[in-house]
This record gives sequence, structure tokens and C-alpha cells, in this order.
Amino acid sequence: MKADRGLPASAVKRAVLNRGFLVFCLAATSLAVVILAVLIISITVKGLPWIVDGAAVKATFYGTSADAGSWKQWIRWEFFTEYASRKAKSAGILAPLLGSIWAVAICAIVALPLGVGTAIYLEEFAPKNRVTRYIETNIRNLSGVPSIVYGILGLTAFARMFGVFGRDSNFVIGTPEDWYYIHFPFGQSVLTGGLTLMLVILPIIIISSQEAFRSVPKSMREASLAMGATKWQTVWNITQPAALPMILTGAILAISRAVGEAAPLLVLGVPLFITSKPENLMSDFTVLPFQIFNWAGRPQDDFRELAAAAIIVLLIVLLSFNAIAVLIRQRLHRPLT
Amino acid sequence: MSALTAGNPNDPARGALIAAASRGSPRSVALRKRTERVIRATLFLCAALSVLSTATILIVLAAETISFFETDEATVTDFLFGTTWSPLLGAEKHFGILPLITGTLLVTVVAAAFALPLGLVTAIYLSEYARPKVRATLKPVLEVLAGVPTVVYGFFALAVITPGLQLFSDKFGSYNAMSAGLAVGIMILPIVCSLSEDSLRAVPKSLREGAYALGSTRFDVSTRVVVPAALSGIVAAFLLAITRAIGETMIVALAAGGLARITWRPWDETQTMTAYMVQIFLGDAPANGVEYKSSYAVAFVLFLLTLGLTIIGNAVLRRFREEYD
Repeated sequence: MKADRGLPASAVKRAVLNRGFLVFCLAATSLAVVILAVLIISITVKGLPWIVDGAAVKATFYGTSADAGSWKQWIRWEFFTEYASRKAKSAGILAPLLGSIWAVAICAIVALPLGVGTAIYLEEFAPKNRVTRYIETNIRNLSGVPSIVYGILGLTAFARMFGVFGRDSNFVIGTPEDWYYIHFPFGQSVLTGGLTLMLVILPIIIISSQEAFRSVPKSMREASLAMGATKWQTVWNITQPAALPMILTGAILAISRAVGEAAPLLVLGVPLFITSKPENLMSDFTVLPFQIFNWAGRPQDDFRELAAAAIIVLLIVLLSFNAIAVLIRQRLHRPLT
Repeated sequence: MSALTAGNPNDPARGALIAAASRGSPRSVALRKRTERVIRATLFLCAALSVLSTATILIVLAAETISFFETDEATVTDFLFGTTWSPLLGAEKHFGILPLITGTLLVTVVAAAFALPLGLVTAIYLSEYARPKVRATLKPVLEVLAGVPTVVYGFFALAVITPGLQLFSDKFGSYNAMSAGLAVGIMILPIVCSLSEDSLRAVPKSLREGAYALGSTRFDVSTRVVVPAALSGIVAAFLLAITRAIGETMIVALAAGGLARITWRPWDETQTMTAYMVQIFLGDAPANGVEYKSSYAVAFVLFLLTLGLTIIGNAVLRRFREEYD
């Protein structure tokens, strides 16, 4: 009865509403935390036994000193050194792990210069006219295109090259022994995969780099131009170093998107079963998310648990990427004004 | 250099030296100008590449769609208004896209019903209520959720959400639209949340202070001042999140099933446009067959739908953005 002493009924109602809404907000927000916790716990419970050898860990802590091995025995290394197998017990992620590294490396090497170059053009060089506006709108809209559609573009433009070279052309660079061996058209190779992933993350890199360049104060550019530097000298010596931390943060987040992407590669017809390492740009390949998709879709429990184990590896990679991005943001990011 | 700094200031030789220095060397200036032009052209080509890729997507999809309609089995009216999608089963093939569209809509509606209100409320909490310390712990949680690959959510739907739903009702099969929809909802939740929070935080403090000065509670300020002021950003966030839900592939391919039919019951198995493309590209159909070509037609519809929504979303963001400064 304390509340309505001297207060009109409407004020009490509003105070109750205010309190109720806060409780509602808290419940909604904590749901996100709960979901993340359930996600991580369920994956760990299912997948960890395939990565960590529980018996070896037990022996180290509870066994006699005779059978206490080193920590190296805790890990089921065969999970990392074996190829895919029809038997869950002897299946590993070697091929998808190496395939992911190759494809994402190719993707990053191509996407970074292209993306940052586009951002530099749009922010520093482009005249403010209709063409520029059109390019900017186009990039923004590209970022909303589903990744599976990029797969179709990759299939036509890289894997088949619009049929320009025919099916079995002799147009090659290098020999299959060289890592840079290239055959036109690229076919279902790791190069096609990397370039297709590049298409997916290019708009993301462009947009985040544009924001990075926009955050550099105008006065810094003007000072450089006043000293007689050309536009490119200004960009290279002044703007780019100042924007670099933000560019890198955005790029790392974009690349981690590429690490987790499976849909566009699925369109390329990447084989499900690979038992060889990628050796050159034309090698067959598969990637971790695709292997996870393959295992998770099988009805047997063993393979679902293998999928969970591969997810643990994937999430650890992605979380360390995230951590690096956060570190760069905190360490290198100084306020410029 | 020494001639410039030392010696008689009225020395005519010194004057000539200064003049030469300030004129600069003409050859290096010309070279620099040319380099500048080359760099500028290269950068322009980078930017043009993105336009080229949009054009290529459009041309490829349109060409393959036309060649799909040139086959005997498919007609445009059947495709747009037909209610049966059975490209692989039975002797007679039917290509009516409506079952795939309703399947996509069903999953998207479940996802939106879950993620839009929840994301908005979380955004309001983070922007209006939460103390900086709470914010600092909650933001990383959302960032991690945003960074989880979609195939992981697909696994989560299969391994956790579906068994969970089956506890409530045995109507849910091992593949169902509800489970896929909820997983897609979890996937778009961080997008809704961070985009709407950005627009909520962009509302100037003076508006809030004005409302508080008039005796408003935090609830009044949030719902009657801040949210209306940020409405365009919130609408854009919703549209962009829905676009992501429509285009999501791995979750629905894993958890929604592969049966194309018109249904509004969330416990039914259903097939979305993206899931059909997965089925075809994974090799259920012979290349260059009519089924294979049909996936391009489906991709074209998907592309136009998502592109349309993205364009509207970005236009809303630009046109209705309230400027307060």
C-alpha cells in the first residue's frame, strides 16, 4: 500500500509496467546466453570423446605412476591424421582440415586486395556521381545475396569458365607437380572453391574497409595533401596506416565467415569422400563445414558424434580468429581525434 | 643544400638554385602523375568487379531459367502457379514452385516469430537498461552467436531442438519445419539485435532526457520515444534478417527434410527453395536434365526475392533515417 500513498493510480500502473518490462527484457536477454550455453554443452558432450581419449586422461590423474602418460596421449591424434572412412572409429578430418586451410588462404589472398582496393577507390578517389552511388548500392545489395547463389556464380565463372575453354582443354600453367599448377577451366578444384568463397566475403570486406577509411579524420588527409603529397601517397602513407586496425578486424571477421561457409561449395559439386591431401591449386578438396554437413546428415549416432567433434575443432578455430580480431581492436586502435 | 643555407643572401646563383628547387623536376612529376592514373584505374577496376559479379549472376540465372522453360516439361504458368513440385518422383514431372515458396515462408515465419521480438527486446535492454558492465559481458555472447557457422546450427537443430520438440509432442517427425525455423531464428537473432541496437543508440540523448524531464518511466522512454525514433533502422534490421532467413541453406538442408508440399503445420516435413537446390546439386539429378535446370529457375526466384528485400531494407534505412543533429 506504500506505492499508492499520494500517487495517482496511473503512476502506479506505469511503475508496475516499467518493472514488468525490465523483467521481460532480462528474460529475453538471458535466453541468448542460455542458447549459447546449451549449444556449447551439447556439442562438447557429443563430440569431445572423439577428440580426447578419456581413458588416458583418467590414467594420468588416477592411475599408478607407471601408466601415467604425458598429455600428448590425451588426444586421439588419429582424428586429425586420418581421412574420411566408412567406419566411424577410423574416420578423421585430415582432408577437410587441409582443404579448409587451402581454400580460405586462396580466398583471403584474393579478397583482401580486391576488397580494400574497392574501398580505397570508393572512399578516396571516386567522384561523387551516379556511377559511384550505383556501385555503392550494388555492393550493399550484394551483401544480402544468399551464399548458395554465389555457388552458382562460382560454378559458371570459375569451374566451367562459361564454357570458353570447352570441357577438356589443354590450356595449362605449370605441371601437376607444381603447387601453382592451373588448368583452364578450373573445374571442382580448391582454386575454384577459394575464389567462390572470395565472392561471398568480398562485399563484407568492402563495407567494413569503407567504414575504416571513413573513420580517418579529414584533417589528416588535408595535412598530407598540403605538404604536396599526391592522392595515392596520402592514401598509402597516411590514411591506410590509420585505418589498418579496423580493416584487419573487419577482414578477420569476414574470413571467419568464409571458414564456416558450406553452401556455395556444395553447389560446386565438391566430392563427399576425399582421401588425399590437396597438392596443387587444381586438387580435389573438401572443407570442414562440408564434412560436418555430411556427417551430421547421417542417421548413425557415431557419425553425428563425429560431426560434433569436427564442430569443436571448427569453433575453436573461429573463436581464436574472433579473439585475434578483438586483440587487434584493443591494441592497435587509438583514437585519431 | 649548402648553397641554399650559407652564403650571401643576395647572391644571384643562390636565387637560381631556389627557383630550380621550387619548380621541381618536371620528369618526376609527370611520372608521378602517370603512376597516380594507373593506380586510380586499377582501383576502379576492383570496384567495377563487384558490379560485374552482380551482372554475371543475373545473366547466368536468367539464361539457365530461359533454357529451363524451353524444355517440354516446364511452362511459366505451371512454374509460377502450379501447386505440385515433383521433379524426381513418379513418371510425370511437375514444376510448380508454390510448395517450395510456402515451405520457405513457413520456416521464415517460425524464425521471424522467434527472433524479431526477442532480438528487439534484447536490443532495447542493451541500449536502454543495461549497465556498461552487463553490456560488456552480453555483447561478446551475441558476437559469438553471430560467428557460429550455419552448419553448426543445422547440427544443433537435428541433435538438440528436434529431440526437444519431440518431448512436447510426438507430432514432430525427425525432420520438421519448426526445428529448422527455430535454428534459423537463433541464427538471425544476433543480426536483429545488433542492427536494431545500432539504430536505438543513434537516437540522441536529448530526446530521452526531454522525456525523462516530463516524468516518463524508462519503459515510456523506450517504447514511446526511442523505438519510434529508431523505427526505420529497426524495420531495416528486420528486413535484412528475414532476407538471411530466406537464403539460409545448411540448416534447412539438414533439419527441414526433403518433401516439397504446401503445408502450414510447423511439425510437418517441408522443403525450402535452398534445400531443393542442395538436393539437386548434391547429385540426385543428371546434369543438363530438366531437374538440374529447374534448380536454376528456383535460384533465380530466390535471388530476385532476396535482392528485392535487401533493396527495400537499404532504401528504408536511407530514406526514413531521422536526422537529429
